[in-house]
Amino acid sequence: MNQQHKSETVYEVKGLNLWYGDDQALKDINLKIGKNEVTAIIGPSGCGKSTFIKTLNRMIENIPIVRTSGEILYHGDNIFDKTVRVEELRTKVGMVFQKPNPFPKSIFENVVYGPKIHGIKDKALLMEIAETSLKSAALWDEVKDRLNDNAYGLSGGQQQRLCIARALAVQPDVILMDEPTSALDPIATAKIEELIDTLKEEYTIAIVTHSMQQAGRISDKTAFFLMGELIEFDRTEVLFSNPRDKRTEDYITGRFG
Amino acid sequence: MNSHPIDIKINPKHTNRRIWLSSASKYLFSLSTVFALVVLGVLIYRIVSDSIGWLNFDFLTNNLSIFPEKAGIKGAIIGSVGLMLVVIPVTLILGVSTAIYLEEYAKKGKLQRFIQINISNLASVPSVIFGLLGLAVFGRALNLGSSILAGGLTLSLLVLPIVVVSSQEALKAVPGFLREASYGMGAGKWTTIRKVVLPVALPGILTGSILAMSRAIGETAPLVVLGIPTLILKIPSSPMDDFTALPIQIYYWTLDTVLTAEYANLAAATIIVLLGVLFILNSVAIVIRNKFQRSF
Repeated sequence: MNQQHKSETVYEVKGLNLWYGDDQALKDINLKIGKNEVTAIIGPSGCGKSTFIKTLNRMIENIPIVRTSGEILYHGDNIFDKTVRVEELRTKVGMVFQKPNPFPKSIFENVVYGPKIHGIKDKALLMEIAETSLKSAALWDEVKDRLNDNAYGLSGGQQQRLCIARALAVQPDVILMDEPTSALDPIATAKIEELIDTLKEEYTIAIVTHSMQQAGRISDKTAFFLMGELIEFDRTEVLFSNPRDKRTEDYITGRFG
Repeated sequence: MNSHPIDIKINPKHTNRRIWLSSASKYLFSLSTVFALVVLGVLIYRIVSDSIGWLNFDFLTNNLSIFPEKAGIKGAIIGSVGLMLVVIPVTLILGVSTAIYLEEYAKKGKLQRFIQINISNLASVPSVIFGLLGLAVFGRALNLGSSILAGGLTLSLLVLPIVVVSSQEALKAVPGFLREASYGMGAGKWTTIRKVVLPVALPGILTGSILAMSRAIGETAPLVVLGIPTLILKIPSSPMDDFTALPIQIYYWTLDTVLTAEYANLAAATIIVLLGVLFILNSVAIVIRNKFQRSF
């Protein structure tokens, strides 16, 4: 059963190009993301890794000067198709950002924000969703007695787990993470990494990280980006132990970046 | 350790000069503040001493009269309240909607910049000009005469740019990462604005709006241009009635002090009432700002 899942493709990126005005940020990207896999995206600053992950749920289009070409198939359907509604795509493809960004509301209101905007009004059901999501994000025990407190009273690491719980509350299929631990201390980082390891049982995860150690620890596959190009994409242990491309080797051995 | 390339020698004369300049500028700046405070103090002292004995409960509840001892400002208070009842909904709805459109929906381009510059310029147009506009559009073309509605709409035009600009500032101050979080959950634009952006921007919007209201309540010139009658003995009962307002009352009593000296005392008492109203409005603005102040 699990083996079958592994082979199922969630995302298939075909010949993706992206421009900010006249500057090309992504050049002919081709890769596949399989179900229940953790895909790490690494590369030096400005290589297009954040741009790429924000293209997967079309968040990048909030920047007005962005143009794209090529296809991104999500379960076989091109997300750039005119019939695709970004609101629906982003419900299925959740996102966790670089800096924890809870709303200035209570912990409870943060978690049920998504379910509420999708029309769930039943108090008991919302409470159930909040509990399940917070448990999945390994935050429940720490906040169960103060669900009505403001989310800004939590520590940075707790806030980030709250943002993960908030993303889980709409029952997504994929979770995109854009350097989710870059603003956190090592202990909070370890907790998030542990969490990612359990989340992949149920979700497909794509994570941008600036830390190669992190990619090595948590991912099944790793994509190495350099100046807008996908240089190498392989199983993580292969890419780190036996890179095919000289540039990948230089990067992972710390010769640049 | 003689690695520093430049050897700085202390020159006591230079140091003396700098210290002297420092203290001189301190006195210069505090003197400017004292000047403003003294002027304000003299003003308040004169008004208060003129109004002593005249400002009492009867003064607030009596109708207008040609006999100074009997005259009250009930009509002017009701007129000012009526004006606010027009100005508040009109400016809040139009002003905040315009700000939302310009900040959240309008494409950032030449047209948007053009509108933006015009709104900012409108905020500094003299109020008499708005009075003329109100007279032409509301008074004459829409035939509202010098009613509360005409006055209220004219004052709304006057403060609308202020409400728009301050609401825009409040919307701009909402951090982008909150919008991102909402979009990332599959929320649409309006949902994001209503559930995330507006609640965060609300204190800023309210503060700006209340300050705009206090500008409107103290404004005289546009109402004079509209031709608000000199003497109204009837209390207005509907928005279409003629009316008088606190600043207008002050204006006419001040004009007529040559004929009846006591009018100066009546004007002073009315000024105290108007200042009181302004003081309350500004305090409310400050309280709202402090209460909702958030840090991200």
